[in-house]
Amino acid sequence: MTGTGNILDVRGVMKVFGGLVAVNDVTMSIPERSIVSVIGPNGAGKTTFFNMITGIYQPTSGTIRLAGRELVGMRPDQVTEAGIARTFQNIRLFSTMTSEENIMVGRHARLKSGFVDAVLRTRKFHDSEQEARDTARLMLDFVGLSQWRDELATNLPYGDQRKLEIARALATTPKLILLDEPAAGMNPRETEDLKSLIRRVRDELGVTVCLIEHDMRLVMTLSEYITVLDYGSKIAEGLPHQVRNDPRVMEAYLGRGAAAGEYGKEERPHV
Amino acid sequence: MDLATLLPFLVNVIVGGLVLGFVYAIIALGYTMVYGVLQLINFAHSEVFVTGAVVGFEVFRVLKGVEMNGYLKLLIALVAAMTISGALNVLIERLAYRPLRGAPKLVPLITAIGVSLILQDVLRVIEGFQGRFDLTYTLPGGFANKFCAAESTCAPLGNFLRGVGIDMQLKDVILVIVALISLAVLNYIVNRTRMGKAIRAVAQDRVTAGLMGIDSDRMISATFLIGGALGGISGVLFGMKFGTVNAYSGFDPGIIAFTAAVLGGIGSIPGAVLGGLTLGVIQNLIGVTNILGMVVGSANLEVIDASYQRIGAFLVLVLILIFKPTGLLGKSNVEKV
Repeated sequence: MTGTGNILDVRGVMKVFGGLVAVNDVTMSIPERSIVSVIGPNGAGKTTFFNMITGIYQPTSGTIRLAGRELVGMRPDQVTEAGIARTFQNIRLFSTMTSEENIMVGRHARLKSGFVDAVLRTRKFHDSEQEARDTARLMLDFVGLSQWRDELATNLPYGDQRKLEIARALATTPKLILLDEPAAGMNPRETEDLKSLIRRVRDELGVTVCLIEHDMRLVMTLSEYITVLDYGSKIAEGLPHQVRNDPRVMEAYLGRGAAAGEYGKEERPHV
Repeated sequence: MDLATLLPFLVNVIVGGLVLGFVYAIIALGYTMVYGVLQLINFAHSEVFVTGAVVGFEVFRVLKGVEMNGYLKLLIALVAAMTISGALNVLIERLAYRPLRGAPKLVPLITAIGVSLILQDVLRVIEGFQGRFDLTYTLPGGFANKFCAAESTCAPLGNFLRGVGIDMQLKDVILVIVALISLAVLNYIVNRTRMGKAIRAVAQDRVTAGLMGIDSDRMISATFLIGGALGGISGVLFGMKFGTVNAYSGFDPGIIAFTAAVLGGIGSIPGAVLGGLTLGVIQNLIGVTNILGMVVGSANLEVIDASYQRIGAFLVLVLILIFKPTGLLGKSNVEKV
């Protein structure tokens, strides 16, 4: 079932921690050059799902294919080399490095100069350093952070740290970028900025985007396709307006009573 | 002895302390870099260091009768020690620490002590087969001479040192120069190269580094290689400075260098250098406290002689752990949830 224009094909993926089934038999496909979202209440297994795609966790069963290539069994660095990048729910920049250095680290996998090259300062080493620096500047420009180039990552304003994380992920030249709650903690203006940045990532760089997000306005206006997880299982998928009106989704978010019209009686996390 | 003659004497004590401190600094870097990437105190580092000293001894021994420039002999000794100590450190990590990567931190720590004890006796057996225990360096002629004995040959540095009353042997000057070059190269690798950035990334956040396409196991190996090579260099420098080493010589400088790394802030490269230099000076000052006691006529100070040097290092360790547990240049580690 490959070669169908899908960049990512996930089939029957399952993750069990001890006795807890964190992700249960999830199947989903991401079309090339699309923007899709994975949503669900807290604890639905979304981040675990991302962690399996990026090789941090190995699935208990199931297959994950990137453009037909099996990712299960790969280490995170190999998954990155295969073409998947990600950002984190809680920002994980290298805080004692500058913005530029952070992005240069992201360039690591694409450059091949070794230890000997570095010590002997060969042409190969010089070229690869220059390439990394050029990419870093290009990416800083792309996300609009050029003025922060030599600033330590930890000193950047919160919203800009999120953008820097995206720039660093893009520096690995991914085919697919996974964004874990990119709008968390952002004000409405920053969220608008982010929305246009994500569109540009897809339109100008041709990178497929998959995001986990709780900001429903962002999800509904940005996503072309949405998958909903609850208690580790896929409970719905479809176009934004289909998902929005799906009773199972309302039930997952608001509780059975609320979905039937009695708001506020169930103790479930709200949107 | 009065205060007027004491001052130049103290200057020399401090300079001597700095020379010793450079040896500690280079050893401390081996502890601090490994701690940086694995949060592991590599207790086997003292034996990696002694291995370097033994290799240096062997090179000088084999080349003893060979007509060759003394500096070239030293270069061969340094390169051989770096290679063997570096390779040994990589091997230790591969065999003893990597299989324990997921284990609680105490497990590799105990393993490190075990590796340290094993290596001590392996070294003793290797040299014992040739009927040797204490290994006395045969340095090229001139290394033990006073620096710039002939006034004409090495002005202006020699004249400057003589002018301020500093008395050094040629080997001490060589030691400082080799140490400074090592620090410069290390600084370049860590801060300016792709590999250095990757090592720093792994040290800060191994998971994220992996997602940047960095194979953290390879970078950990690279760190052990660099740390081991520095251990090899410091071994040769130590052997040159003190003249005699044996398989168990690693313990003292090892524990002092470890203290230096903690003093500077474990995991911090500039911290290790600062800590090493500080402890070198403190140790030398304690060594002459009895002389100071004679000058100021204090019987209490007079009884504190060179045998108290080690106490000095550990006193510093205790004080640091009480008042600034993160060390001089260490950053407080905020645990994030």
